[in-house]
Amino acid sequence: MNFFEFAWSILPQLLEATKLTLWITGGSIALGFVTGIFLALGRVYGPRPIQWLTSAYIAFFRGTPLLVQITIVYFGLPPLLNPLGIHIPRIAAAVVGFGLNSAAYQAEYFRGAVQSIQSGQMLAARSMGLSRIKSIVFVILPQALRLVIPSWSNELIYTIKYSSLAYFLSLQELMFVGKKLSLRTARTFETYIVVALIYLVIVLVVSWFLHRLERRVRVPGLGAPGEHR
Amino acid sequence: MRSSCSALKGVGMATIWQSLELMIVKGLPNTILLTLGLIAGGLALGTLIAFTQVYGYRPLRWLCKGYEQLFRGIPVLVLILIFHSGLARSFNIQLPAFVSALIALALRSGAYQSQIFRGAIQSVPQGQMMAARALGMSKTKGILRVILPQAFRLSIPPWTNEFSSVLKDTSIASAISVLELTKQATLSYTRLAVIPGFGAQWTLLILLLVALIYLILTYAGNAALGFLENRLRIPGFETKGRIER
Amino acid sequence: MNESQSPPSSDVILRVEGLHKSYGDNHVLRGVSMQLCRGETKVIIGPSGTGKSTLLRCVNQLSVPDSGHVWLGDKEITSRYENINHLRAEIGFVFQSFNLFTHLTALANVRLGPMKVKGMKKSAATQLAMEELEQVGLGDKADAYPAELSGGQQQRVSIARALAMSPQLILFDEPTSALDPELIGEVLEVMVNLAKDGMTMLVVSHEMGFARSVSDEIIFMEGGNILEQGPPEDFFTSPREARTREFLSKITELYGE
Repeated sequence: MNFFEFAWSILPQLLEATKLTLWITGGSIALGFVTGIFLALGRVYGPRPIQWLTSAYIAFFRGTPLLVQITIVYFGLPPLLNPLGIHIPRIAAAVVGFGLNSAAYQAEYFRGAVQSIQSGQMLAARSMGLSRIKSIVFVILPQALRLVIPSWSNELIYTIKYSSLAYFLSLQELMFVGKKLSLRTARTFETYIVVALIYLVIVLVVSWFLHRLERRVRVPGLGAPGEHR
Repeated sequence: MRSSCSALKGVGMATIWQSLELMIVKGLPNTILLTLGLIAGGLALGTLIAFTQVYGYRPLRWLCKGYEQLFRGIPVLVLILIFHSGLARSFNIQLPAFVSALIALALRSGAYQSQIFRGAIQSVPQGQMMAARALGMSKTKGILRVILPQAFRLSIPPWTNEFSSVLKDTSIASAISVLELTKQATLSYTRLAVIPGFGAQWTLLILLLVALIYLILTYAGNAALGFLENRLRIPGFETKGRIER
Repeated sequence: MNESQSPPSSDVILRVEGLHKSYGDNHVLRGVSMQLCRGETKVIIGPSGTGKSTLLRCVNQLSVPDSGHVWLGDKEITSRYENINHLRAEIGFVFQSFNLFTHLTALANVRLGPMKVKGMKKSAATQLAMEELEQVGLGDKADAYPAELSGGQQQRVSIARALAMSPQLILFDEPTSALDPELIGEVLEVMVNLAKDGMTMLVVSHEMGFARSVSDEIIFMEGGNILEQGPPEDFFTSPREARTREFLSKITELYGE
């Protein structure tokens, strides 16, 4: 068998595993998004204690490796929670671990976006009689969400790639199944190449979609302070 | 359970202490070594590729772009496994675990660093080169004396991010049993977990301890690089805001 | 306070008493008092940094004064028991830098207030917004985004935005200072029409022509105090204070009045 025939033969199993990878990615980025927005708003607009708490959270999750974090959530917490009768399903634990990490980064990207909006926007909103909350919802957020797209795209790509760390949690996602297959056949190198290609394709497709999204919601004059990673 | 717990508490603390010692004495040096090694490798690669991309010929530029896309689109773990198990089983090239991790991570860091340097060079305003040429400087001189010093300063903040990122990624080398911090930690708690009565709650403590060590390392690294940035600061010269991953 | 007639208190829209405001060591407002009656237009002039803008911002509490009181009609703005959002809805504010909402079209900018603050339905608010845009001469630019409009157009939209709230009074904070010279005229024209239609306006500006032709009273501020105030004819022809004369001569040099 040449490379392509081999690749074709292992593809079905790998694609089946990719489904779980995508689920984990989707779950964690969504969790990270919701949590991240609250963290960012708390950091920018909240009272002192909230600001402090959110800063501490963000500092912890950005200063320690993702692997350590998911290990804590997956291996470290359940032994403490199980005796109390709390059983977290394995995939949920993984998503929570990844999601909490993503939240910290998304919070920072979001905060950057919010702070790059000129102060005059908030002033104008308030001087009309819009309450603080309404000003944030109708004036700040719509702009911040557009401004954050480039960084958020980054984060999504990152999450797709780092979902591979679920390998350490023995979940049947792409990386784990890839390794299993690689050991079964002697064609280890090629198996990994196929795995790498699948990730690459996903990343490229997602990038393309996000680029189109950015163009669709673009508003003349709302410049994005694009950063790249 | 309770009574044996308190009796073993003394044992628990002692073993925690041992684990901590192991992590610091055995794991930490490997983590630091790996980090420094790979970032140096990435630096060399990165500058080479950045230069080629900015100043090189078309076909070479395509190659560089391809390299960047490739090594930024593939997960770290896959790269490490390719260089370790992949080479070993398919081509009989058995690299030591540390070396495999080093090469894989350096290649990847090179892709990111090249983007940092390329971005920095391109952020130096066009006017700078124009002024240099207008003074009579050759292209090379202009690059060396005017563009690079500025590009260098512009790249410090994103490079600090990269350093931080890379430090954390060394934890993934634990997949191939490189004895760095994370591997030491997981070894410790799995070893200790089989001791009867060693409550699994110590697992959390060990993990939190290793997290703390990483926090300290990250903080120290950022502080050192921040210090460097300050020493080299030029008033009025804006450095781009940093956002990292 | 000043001499002129004491109007019936129901006609006093804005009353400011003893406002003090400091930023750190900088005592910007040093006990400013003034009042504005329905339909009046008063223009505040003076050197930079004398607290003119600060005074305006203290009125709608964008800056909170250290001491002193402000009343809108019979409601005290500076009281902590009043809902500041309700009061702000009654006061229009036009910024030097326009501050149009970047992510919204001109139409959406104007109808946001009526919809989200006053609870108007979208259709009614849209109609109202179109009317206001027509009034400032920009009916055809309803779907343009702020970035697509010139400075003068943006400022006119921001006036429409203020008008859509049917405010009791409008505050103008150097509305034309950020505009290119050829765009100033279109904004002043709108403001002149507003004044003629009986809108109560308090304007901080350097535009002496506007001040002279349209205002009921000129207020000269310096060093955080009101140094002199009076009807334009008296003010420009025979100012009482030496500092006023100094300032006016500098201005006429600059603006060639």
